[in-house]
Amino acid sequence: MQLVIGGVSIGCIYALVALGFVLIYKATEVVNFAQGELMMLGAFLAYTFISILGWNYWVGAAAAIVCMFFAGNLVDRVFLRPVLGQPQFSIVMVTIGFGYMARSGAGMVPGWGTETYAISTPFSSEGMQLVPESMGSLVISQTDVSVIVATIILCAVLYTFFTHTRLGIAMQASSQNQLAAYYMGIPVKAVFSMIWGISAAVAAAAGILLAPTTLIDTNMGFIGLKAFPAAVLGGFGSIPGAVIGGLIIGIIETLAGFYLPPGFKNVAAYVVLLIVLVVRPQGLFGQKTG
Amino acid sequence: MRFLFKTNYNQDIRIAKHSGYYWSYGLLLLIVLAAPFVLEGYYIGQMTQLYIIAIAGVGLMLLAGYTGLISLGHAAFFGIGAYTEAVLTGNGVPLPFVEEPVVFSFVVSMPVAAIFSALAGVVIGIPVLRLTGIYLAIATFAFALVIEEILSRWESVTNGYSGLLVESLYIGDLELTDGPPFYFLCLGMLLLVLLLSINLLRSPTGRAMMAIRDSEISAQSMGVNLAQVKTKAFALSAGITGLAGALFAHKLGFLSPESFTIFQSLELLVLVVVGGIGSLHGAIFGAIFVLALPQGLAILKDYLPVAIAETPGIEPFIFGLILVLVIIFEPYGIYGRWLKIKLYFQMFPVYKKATFKRQKAYMKSERLK
Repeated sequence: MQLVIGGVSIGCIYALVALGFVLIYKATEVVNFAQGELMMLGAFLAYTFISILGWNYWVGAAAAIVCMFFAGNLVDRVFLRPVLGQPQFSIVMVTIGFGYMARSGAGMVPGWGTETYAISTPFSSEGMQLVPESMGSLVISQTDVSVIVATIILCAVLYTFFTHTRLGIAMQASSQNQLAAYYMGIPVKAVFSMIWGISAAVAAAAGILLAPTTLIDTNMGFIGLKAFPAAVLGGFGSIPGAVIGGLIIGIIETLAGFYLPPGFKNVAAYVVLLIVLVVRPQGLFGQKTG
Repeated sequence: MRFLFKTNYNQDIRIAKHSGYYWSYGLLLLIVLAAPFVLEGYYIGQMTQLYIIAIAGVGLMLLAGYTGLISLGHAAFFGIGAYTEAVLTGNGVPLPFVEEPVVFSFVVSMPVAAIFSALAGVVIGIPVLRLTGIYLAIATFAFALVIEEILSRWESVTNGYSGLLVESLYIGDLELTDGPPFYFLCLGMLLLVLLLSINLLRSPTGRAMMAIRDSEISAQSMGVNLAQVKTKAFALSAGITGLAGALFAHKLGFLSPESFTIFQSLELLVLVVVGGIGSLHGAIFGAIFVLALPQGLAILKDYLPVAIAETPGIEPFIFGLILVLVIIFEPYGIYGRWLKIKLYFQMFPVYKKATFKRQKAYMKSERLK
């Protein structure tokens, strides 16, 4: 049970990154291979605000998220708008190229560099007892709680946004058929920029939450690769799916690390991914194709 | 300006479209044949590496450029080829019915390495080729990560992270895996693979592949067996990449799983895109690009201000930047640019920009049809 809790907390991070994937995919039909890098940038911004400039944790985190919203917007304007309308593969390659640039670019920024950093957070890593002593030991750290709570809040907000606001529905429409959406008066390009902003903001949140657990360095974007299985498992276009997928992947990974020989921990997620793709390509909650 | 008058349908599938082909490619062939007698050892090594990467590039080009299937996991096939070669030519492989472990000659081991990779391609291909677009990319990506882990954990065969030494090859006293002999071996393999690809692409299978790339639905309507052709393309692509891996094993002389990571896969993909997707020339141009970029940057560093030149990570940054710029401004890569320049001079002074105008398509969801 203790393992499951650890898995859930890791899974929430995967879920958040996967959410970023899903958002962009849902709206623009593009898989963003630089999602992990956006997360890394967000975490570094938070590090700059909180540790270098010495702001309050909450203010710094909020500022980082807002900055990343605009950064995401900018990425879309600069890199993706020119290739809009090209085959999907080109756009995916652009995100890969951007990932390269972001990863090495962050290493070049003065004060960031290639070392690892930590953010001081108001959450302690001390454990809290979840159940009465008599029922055994079940400890959860405040950091984990913060991750889980933040994930729940974000998901709820995003879910509502997509199903209950005009903008959210416009986003879904432009995902399904760009041309038709355009005819219906939806400013498709602006919607795309917007979704990139939101996705980058979610990634930043994930990065900030992840910071206490894994520390910040320019290669933390590789977590993004782990979020793929989560997104696929949940069905690429589904927000609740991404969250549940993330949780499942997190738990499987932790359990695999404990019960199976070393090496399985790293690949467990991908093995699951392959199985899911073969057996049920649309994922657990995906829409059926064809 | 040259006008080609077609009087025969066979002219359409002829390899050399007109006499100019013999001159230009003949000259190129002469240059590469003469190169090892002129160049220094270091450059021979670089050229050899170029050929190896180009073979892998051709392999991926057949898949990504001609069949339209994107693989993010070609480093896995590269790795399978390399390790198979190293193991087969190494300390010997215990076989059933044979008393002593058998050490294979490279004549046997290289095809076996290629076939092994192709088989791996089929094994992974049959289930995942039902997927399209991005799902296929992700599936191959996951496959590559699994293979990478296997390479590092299956220590009895691959020796894990401590690495595996690759034996040199000999014919008589001649060491085949170094200097000019290896150069010619790799060049020969590249020519072989290129010829194979050219011939494949003008055969029904190759045409079916291109039909699938352009539109799966219309290909299917024309009677193309999608699953079969896709699997063939995947297996062939994996096999060629595996062959490149086998050569690469000898080039490196020492294998460790770090040589076959996801970044290798990405680099191959960048090669294909920057070189020019959908052309065999592109694979060669791309290989030159991938190999020359770090070297060019190293030379450039001498002329840059120290503050910029000494920054770590400038190489991947420029790598990414070029990739993005190429996709935005020149979607057919170096080869596309070459075609434009060529046409500009051929058509001078009436070259029209619109000749290469790209068509934009609005994207429809793959999820809802």
